[in-house]
Amino acid sequence: MARQKKTLSADVAISADVAIAGGGMVGLTLGIGLAQSGLSVVVIDAAPQAELTEPAFDGRSSAIAHASCRLLQGVGIWPHLADRAEPILEIRVTDGPSRQFLHFDQATLGDGPMGYMVENRHTRMGLFARATELDNLRIIAPDKAVSFEAEAAGARLTLESGIIIEAPLVVGAEGRASPLRQWAGIPTRKWQYNQSGIVATIAHELPHCNIAHERFLAPGPFAILPLKGNRSSLVWTVDPALAEEIMSLSPRAFLAEVEKRVGGFLGKLKVIGPRWTYPLGLQFAQRYIDPRLALVGDAAHGIHPIAGQGLNLGLRDVAALIEVLVDARRLGGDIGAADVLDRYQRWRRADSLALALATDGLNRLFSNDIAPIRALRDMGLAAINRMPAAKRFFMRHARGTVGKLPKLLKGEAV
Amino acid sequence: MAATPIDPSHSAGNGSESSVDDEEIARFEAMADKWWDPEGDFKPLHRLNPVRVGYLRDKVTAHFGSDENAPTPFAGLRILDIGCGGGLLAEPMARLGAQVVGADAGEANIRVARLHAARAGLDIDYRHTTAEALAEAGEKFDVIVNMEVIEHVADVGVFLGACAALLASGGAMAISTLNRTPKSYVAAIIGAEYLLRWLPRGTHNWRKFVKPSELADALAHAGLRLSDIRGLEYNPFGQTWSLGRDTGVNYVGFAVHAGSEN
Ligand SMILES: Cc1cc2nc3c(=O)[nH]c(=O)nc-3n(C[C@H](O)[C@H](O)[C@H](O)COP(=O)(O)OP(=O)(O)OC[C@H]3O[C@@H](n4cnc5c(N)ncnc54)[C@H](O)[C@@H]3O)c2cc1C
Repeated sequence: MARQKKTLSADVAISADVAIAGGGMVGLTLGIGLAQSGLSVVVIDAAPQAELTEPAFDGRSSAIAHASCRLLQGVGIWPHLADRAEPILEIRVTDGPSRQFLHFDQATLGDGPMGYMVENRHTRMGLFARATELDNLRIIAPDKAVSFEAEAAGARLTLESGIIIEAPLVVGAEGRASPLRQWAGIPTRKWQYNQSGIVATIAHELPHCNIAHERFLAPGPFAILPLKGNRSSLVWTVDPALAEEIMSLSPRAFLAEVEKRVGGFLGKLKVIGPRWTYPLGLQFAQRYIDPRLALVGDAAHGIHPIAGQGLNLGLRDVAALIEVLVDARRLGGDIGAADVLDRYQRWRRADSLALALATDGLNRLFSNDIAPIRALRDMGLAAINRMPAAKRFFMRHARGTVGKLPKLLKGEAV
Repeated sequence: MAATPIDPSHSAGNGSESSVDDEEIARFEAMADKWWDPEGDFKPLHRLNPVRVGYLRDKVTAHFGSDENAPTPFAGLRILDIGCGGGLLAEPMARLGAQVVGADAGEANIRVARLHAARAGLDIDYRHTTAEALAEAGEKFDVIVNMEVIEHVADVGVFLGACAALLASGGAMAISTLNRTPKSYVAAIIGAEYLLRWLPRGTHNWRKFVKPSELADALAHAGLRLSDIRGLEYNPFGQTWSLGRDTGVNYVGFAVHAGSEN
C-alpha cells in the first residue's frame, strides 16, 4: 500500500471523519453538530474538562444572539442550558455624557428575545451534557496536537500523548493563538487596541428587567448585561494602564468605581466572584482554510467585544461548516476536499470581515473624545433612533439574523 | 468514465503485478493526483459528479424505499460501477454505505483507483475486468452504475445484455451517456472544453453517441425498462451542471426490470 505507517510502538491510531483541535464553545458545538449529522468526530482540548466548568476558569458570560440560539437548539444543546439563560428583551445604548440614546426592544421586531446571556461555564456544562449523548463524538482531554500533516487524501494529527488521528478533515478551533493556523503558515492581520477588557459580575438589589445597557464612555464602552436572578455581567473597556490600576484596587475601591459607572438604577450593588482582564485586539486570518484544514471561531477571527459578537461569529462559522460538510457527505463526497473547504471559506470570510470592520469602526468612533466626532455620533444615534428601518437593521445585526444564513441559524435542519 | 486519456499503455498486460517498482508506483501516484485534481484534466467530471451522485442517491433510495437522509443510505446494497475510471463515483457510493465493485477495462485506471481508495481509507473491490466477464462469472448486483460508458462500447446491445444479466432481481441500473443530436455534434466539433477533455484525444466518435430512444430499445431487448430520463445540462459560463429537461447533449436515466412498478 502506498502509505507507510510509522511504527512507533506506543502509537494508537484513531480514524474519524473530522478531528477538531480545541473544544471551546465553538469547537465543541461544531463537534456536536457534526456528530448529530452522523459523522464520526474527535475533539481534542488542552484543558482538563473538569477545570473548564469551574467558575474560576472562565468568569465571563456571553451574549448568545437569537440566531445562535437557533443553532444551539438545532444541535440539541439548548435544552441543556435553557434554564440558565437570561433573555435580553431590550438594549439601551447611551453615549456618555450627552445622554442621547438608542433604544431597541423586542416589541420592534416582535418575535421574542434579541438574545440570551449565559455564563460561559454553564454553556460548557450544556455542551458536555449534550456531547455525552452522542456515541460518535469522542473528547480527548487534556491533550494537544504536536504535529499536523496534510496528505493527498487525508490528514494526520499526532497528539502529545502519542495518539494519532487520521481524518479527511482537521479543524482548528484552539482560539486566537491557534497552533494549527501557525503550522499551516496562514498569516494574520492584527490590530492591538490600546484597550483592555475588565469583566466582573455584580449582584444588585433591584431587577435588571432584562435590559442590556451599552454605555459609550470616553475611554471605551461599558456594558451591563442581565444574568439570571438579580445579577449582571459587566464588561468594561479601558486603556491598559488604567486596567492594571483598576485590577489592583481593593474590593471596596473597585465597588466604588463600579457604582460610579453603573449609577443608581439597580439599587445597592455587590461584586461577586473574581474580576478578569483581557487585552483587546482585532485579529483576522488571511485564509480560513488550507489543504485538509479549516479554521473556526477565534482561530479564524478575533474581533472587538464591543458588540458581544465574538462567540456569535464563531457559531456562524459552525453553522456554515456543518451545512457545507453535511451537503458534501450526503453526496458521498470527500469532506476535506479543496472545493468543499473553498465553499466554506467563501461563505464565511466576507461576513466575518464585514463584522470585524464594523465593530472596529464602532469602537474607534465611540472611544473618541474629540468634540466634532462626538457631535457626529450624537446626531447619528439620534437619527437612527428616529428611523424605524435603520433601527430594525441594527437590531437584526444584534440578533444575528442578517446575511446569507446557514440553515441552522434559520432554525432549519441541515 | 471508460475514457482512458491518461492510460497511455492500454497494454500494461498482466502478470507482473507482484514486481511493481518504485518508479511505477510514482507514475501511478501522479496519475491518481491527476484523476483526483478537481481543477485538473478531469475537472468537468468533478463538476458533474455531485449532480450524478445526487441523482443516484435520490433514485436508488426511492427505488429501495430507504431514507435518503440517513448517513449511509446505500447500506446493504451491492453496487457495480462499470467503467469506474479513477473511482470518482465509486468512492462517494462507498461513503454512502454501499459495498462497491468497480470494474474498468483500463488497467492503469484500476491501479489508480485502488491507490486512491487505499489513501482515502475506503474499502472498494476494484477489478480489471469487463461486464461480460463478470456476467459469465455469475456475479449479481442490486445496482449497476453505468455512467459515460455505452458511447465507448463496441456493441451496445451485447453490453447491456451482460449488464442485465448482472442485475439481481428487483435491482436497478443508472445510465448516462451522450445523445446523438446536431447540438452534441456541434459541441463535439467545436470542442466544447468539457467534451474535448472527456473524450480520448483524436477520437471523433460522435457517431457512437446514443439516442434515448435507442437506449430504451436496447434496454427493452435486455428485459429492462427505462423508467426515468433527465437531461444533464452544462452551463459553460459557471462551469456548472444541473439536472434538467434538455437531453440534447448529456443525459442520465434509470432502468428497472421490465415487470417492476417504479
Ligand atoms: C472580555 C471579553 C468579552 C467577551 N464577550 C463576549 C460576548 O458577550 N459575546 C460573545 O459572543 N463573545 C464574547 N467574547 C468573545 C468570545 O469569548 C470568543 O469569541 C469565543 O470564546 C471564541 O470561542 P472559541 O471556541 O473559538 O475559542 P476559545 O474560547 O478561545 O476556546 C479555545 C479552546 O481551545 C483549547 N486549546 C487551546 N490551545 C489548544 C491546543 N493547542 N490544543 C487543543 N486545545 C487547545 C482551549 O483549552 C479552549 O477550550 C468576549 C471576549 C472577551 C475577551
